[in-house]
Amino acid sequence: MAVAAVHAAGVRAEAAYNEDVVRLFTIATIFWGIVGFLVGVYIAFQLAYPVLNLGLEWTTFGRLRPIHTSAVIFAFGGNALLATSLYVVQRTCRTSLFGGPALASFLFWGYQLFIVLAATGYLLGVTQSREYAEPEWYVDIWITIVWVVYLVIFFGTLLRRKEPHIYVANWFYLAFIITIAILHIFNNLAVPVSWTGTKSYSLFAGVQDALVQWWYGHNAVGFFLTAGFLGMMYYFVPKQAERPIYSYRLSIVHFWALIFLYIWAGPHHLHYTALPDWAQVLGMTFSVMLWMPSWGGMINGLMTLSGAWDKLRWDPVLRFLVVSVAFYGMSTFEGPLMSIRQVNALSHYTDWTIGHVHSGALGWVAFVSFGALYYLVPRLWRAERLYSIRLVEWHFWISTLGVVLYITAMWVSGIMQGLMWRSYDSLGFLQYSFVETVAAMHPFYVIRAFGGVLFLLGALIMAYNLWRTMRREIREEELLPSQAGALRVTPAQ
Amino acid sequence: MANEVERDEVTGVETTGHEWDGIKELNNPLPRWWVLVFYATIAFSVLWWILYPSWPTLTGYWKGVLGSNQRLDLDRRLEEARTAQARWLEKIAELDTAAVAADPELLAFAMRGGEVVFKENCAACHGLGGAGQFNFPSLADDDWLWGGTLEEIEYTIRHGIRFAEDPETRDSQMPAFGADEILDRQQIEDVVQYVLSLSGRVEDAAAAARGEEIFAEQCAACHGVDGRGVAEIGAPDLADGIWLYGGEPKDIRAQIAQPRHGVMPGWEGRLGDEFVKMVTIYVHNLGGGE
Repeated sequence: MAVAAVHAAGVRAEAAYNEDVVRLFTIATIFWGIVGFLVGVYIAFQLAYPVLNLGLEWTTFGRLRPIHTSAVIFAFGGNALLATSLYVVQRTCRTSLFGGPALASFLFWGYQLFIVLAATGYLLGVTQSREYAEPEWYVDIWITIVWVVYLVIFFGTLLRRKEPHIYVANWFYLAFIITIAILHIFNNLAVPVSWTGTKSYSLFAGVQDALVQWWYGHNAVGFFLTAGFLGMMYYFVPKQAERPIYSYRLSIVHFWALIFLYIWAGPHHLHYTALPDWAQVLGMTFSVMLWMPSWGGMINGLMTLSGAWDKLRWDPVLRFLVVSVAFYGMSTFEGPLMSIRQVNALSHYTDWTIGHVHSGALGWVAFVSFGALYYLVPRLWRAERLYSIRLVEWHFWISTLGVVLYITAMWVSGIMQGLMWRSYDSLGFLQYSFVETVAAMHPFYVIRAFGGVLFLLGALIMAYNLWRTMRREIREEELLPSQAGALRVTPAQ
Repeated sequence: MANEVERDEVTGVETTGHEWDGIKELNNPLPRWWVLVFYATIAFSVLWWILYPSWPTLTGYWKGVLGSNQRLDLDRRLEEARTAQARWLEKIAELDTAAVAADPELLAFAMRGGEVVFKENCAACHGLGGAGQFNFPSLADDDWLWGGTLEEIEYTIRHGIRFAEDPETRDSQMPAFGADEILDRQQIEDVVQYVLSLSGRVEDAAAAARGEEIFAEQCAACHGVDGRGVAEIGAPDLADGIWLYGGEPKDIRAQIAQPRHGVMPGWEGRLGDEFVKMVTIYVHNLGGGE
């Protein structure tokens, strides 16, 4: 009798949550992920085989690269953050979304329109040429409106929560939403040439423009790809591990330290440039101080598994989440290291940077998103469990191999490139010309592209698995005894 | 939800009593090593702020006790690099190219410096090692459009070919025999057959024989009676089987009807006298120097 009542209450509570919009964002995440990875693989092959530029302006590396970066960061990552934040905030506040279904629908379609406007602009050569902020002024204004709606929905939901405290995941999501808004507005201050044309000119010039761009660029990494995804980690890791968060105190301290320190670190992208020495040193030292605050998230994520480590043997979803946290730890150590000027002198402008970005993007951001998707889809579509656990295993190992090939190829290639650039002969001449360094990188470009193919292949397996899950199908497969029982999510209705 | 502190069964640590959607929090303290390393990175940063230029002030910025300055450091290192090469460069400036090439020590220096300059400036068109590519002549064979002695190569590098910015540039024009209607279609076809025959490719002997007469009237003045070319005016050798703009009948026909005229910039202004001499020696040594 009591059990039945609790169950009924649960169903009522769930019915009140807006899951329609979460489902839409989930599908968008999968779709844009595949698009972003596919374009990434293609431009990786372009670097190895330039003939793939096809001699057409629309298919050159310069046009396709921002499509790749925007598709993976804003379309794949952005939709993943929107899906999970709207899911998490409702459940951890025990209330439905502020603004109702209409506002949520506007958020979804408005955000997809932003992605399409941005991507079509890139193809046609409409660009501000600002890293990770290529869309021109008309797209910038549109996404500002959409983002403010996001903030209103999220903040409104927090305000009417039925819990006394705000859960740590929501602090991170909120910090991400607010800071991205501020970064976006200041970085994109520009004067349009006309109201009917696409072109605009930035309000900033020279080194100040460069500094604003990297203040934005670095914090796009810091608040979009770190803070936002830490919010995701703080919900899905304890849920999937079924363990309490390791340390409340650590979550408070590392949250505030991270938020305070990150915003200063941007100048480390401008070492040895026209940026004054003092600004470079500040950027570097704040990046070094950022190491432990970043690792606070890793410790809290990994240590949450205390008492549940055995689950890694048979739960591939948890494995995605845990490996993502490990990659997060690795790239947040590598970041401060590369921000040290003497290290940066070797790494700057080389493929090492590309390798660093991708150990974060593939290993951390994508893996934690995959874990969250595998958690969400059976619950959102009321499936008994995932269509296939073994396909998740395949996805995990193929993707991991892809990431490892990718980042090791870029480390070797980047360090080799840096060393070749700086080597002099006994007569005081440069040992290598630029074109010789490019030729030397070719084999690593091929390995990197192959790593990308594996990563894409893994994502396609996931898309298939999730699609069958959405149809509430279950693959007949041999599972370990612990898998069969424990990976069953909420009972089918 | 429930605000009661519990004790976690697995670890024996107390929870905070908070709970959200089934997630609880343990009340573990901050890991000691984490705090210590965090303090260490702060101490490291403060030390750096003292040693290096760091915080801005109302009137400028803190210069740092080490007196480090990137711009001055760069100037100093460039000056050191210049000084280190000065003893060779000064000699090269004084001597002519032939004399530089005759001195073994200077030759070794010039070959290295010439190689660096060549790879950064010349290889984009002429290829690594001067291999050449379609429309850009090879510099590694003994077929020279404007002459292959040290002196001739140096002049070409210094002043360029059809380089509008240098009045002393090498210049010559081949008439557009088709576009300007100097020859009719059939005559051009005959000349094509004759030119092919010069490198032993006879397709139509009768046409080639007619073409020979036209060649003697129209072409021999520049390309020579035997078609072996004249380097002084950059008229290429038509009998050696090496073709700048392609050696198929259609390519030869196009060049006669409406010729292309390749342009090479003069490099003296960009490279300076010493490096022009050095890259001259390098090119001369690529394999075809006369």
